[in-house]
Amino acid sequence: MESAVIVVVGADKPGIVAGISSKLAENNVNIIDISQTVLRGMFAMIMVVDISGSEKPIGKLREELQIKGKELGVEVLTYHGEVFKYMERV
Amino acid sequence: MRFSAEEIQEVVRMLNEEDLDIRSVTLSINTLYALSDDERKVINKLKDLDKTFTSFAEAVDKVSERLGVRIVTKRIAVSPVQIFLETVNNGVEIAKVLDELAENSGIDYVSGYSAFAERGIGRGSKRLIESLSEAIGSTKRITGMINAASTMSGVNADAVKEFVRQVFSMNPTSSSRVSIMANAPPDSPFVPSAHHGEGMPNLMINVAVSGPGVIESALRRNSPRTFREIHEIIKASAFKITRLGELIGKKVAEQMGVNFGVVDLSLAPSPKQGDSVAAIIEAMGVKMGSHGSLAALAILMDAVKKGGAMATSSIGGLSSAFIPVSEDSIMAQRAEEGYVDLFTLIALSSVCNSGVDMVGLSKSQGEEKAIGLVLDVLTLGITIDKILGVRIIPVDSPPGSTVELGGLLGKVVIMKLKDADTKIADFTGFIPNSIKRIDMG
Repeated sequence: MESAVIVVVGADKPGIVAGISSKLAENNVNIIDISQTVLRGMFAMIMVVDISGSEKPIGKLREELQIKGKELGVEVLTYHGEVFKYMERV
Repeated sequence: MRFSAEEIQEVVRMLNEEDLDIRSVTLSINTLYALSDDERKVINKLKDLDKTFTSFAEAVDKVSERLGVRIVTKRIAVSPVQIFLETVNNGVEIAKVLDELAENSGIDYVSGYSAFAERGIGRGSKRLIESLSEAIGSTKRITGMINAASTMSGVNADAVKEFVRQVFSMNPTSSSRVSIMANAPPDSPFVPSAHHGEGMPNLMINVAVSGPGVIESALRRNSPRTFREIHEIIKASAFKITRLGELIGKKVAEQMGVNFGVVDLSLAPSPKQGDSVAAIIEAMGVKMGSHGSLAALAILMDAVKKGGAMATSSIGGLSSAFIPVSEDSIMAQRAEEGYVDLFTLIALSSVCNSGVDMVGLSKSQGEEKAIGLVLDVLTLGITIDKILGVRIIPVDSPPGSTVELGGLLGKVVIMKLKDADTKIADFTGFIPNSIKRIDMG
């Protein structure tokens, strides 16, 4: 598994989860975990995904998700799982 | 591996809101394969570095894109040009060819127009120091350093004088690219101190992180009440900041198939709001420059080192805090307000590395006083066995005025040297090494 973390920040409204999830499915990215939190005082959805099945490099996925985010009126941040492994685990 | 929402939120906040980024990935290259007594041959051999420069730039971009972490600059450290000038007369052409290679491959700085002259000025160091102003002035991305002091050898006042003379003939965009140092390390990722030191492999990746905003925010969020709480908060943040540096360094080294060298633990500020080292001191409730600032900076440094030490397998470079006045918005503000003067900076140098850094001086106050200032810092360096550097920006404007350099360099505040006469520049030769030398054997 190659994990990535996707964070969606913006005003909560119908269609955000569906919009981002369908973009992920299109690229054969499997969702491992979803949770919700508040970031910068706004709604934030955190997804941990497996990108090992995707044919596209993570940079390309990040770009496509940002475009999708714009359509939905939210900000989408994509980081590789290794960043979290290094910073949050000894 | 599972992460809690809080853990993910913390990392995202650091990267996204608190300006945690990688200040520089620096490729250190042994360029001595190009040695020759024929200048043309040296230049031609150095041109072969174009592929290395390009593949390094690509490797950094690739890692940055993959991990989603911003890498602000790509830098190259080369063998001190002093060594080439043992047999070649003109260093300026060497500087120009390295500058051109950097420009063509998107490298921000090439550092190593440097010389070691702590005991005396030799053939190569003489040619280098005397050409410093011309070489830096003829290029845009070349940086250099004169190591004029070491605990091992003492302080070479003659090198200090010539350095100051050279810097006084430079414009601010040049003088911001040169420093004079005591105990320069062989593996610094920061410019202008970076050079490919002795005892290093042919190629090595060194990393500089930048995360003062993370520590400032952590202090403001947690409102510590005891010194131990302050220490604990900083230590935990420093660990995470340094881990990011370690990850990036390893990945770029892996990508290029070269050695991963060191992470420099130094907290480097930028003129941006929320990216200031002085703001960390102020988050402790201590106005920078007030009594208590040195204690606060010492606590910060100790905690950063303890947290950072556990996060990386190899520490190097300067590994302390930088408080370059122009590059740190709060430092610049406090200098303008008069809370931070030159003696404050010298005092703070005893617990950090940057000494008197990115400080404007008025040419009208004369070179002698500036020489005295540099000698103060370098002597402090060998007395407490510490890496220390001085970066001064002499300008025509009077003390108290400012000069805008823009970008990472920020606003230079022209700080007043003491009016009192000093004759220290009348002495020649070197200041003998301190008693610390005897401890070494």
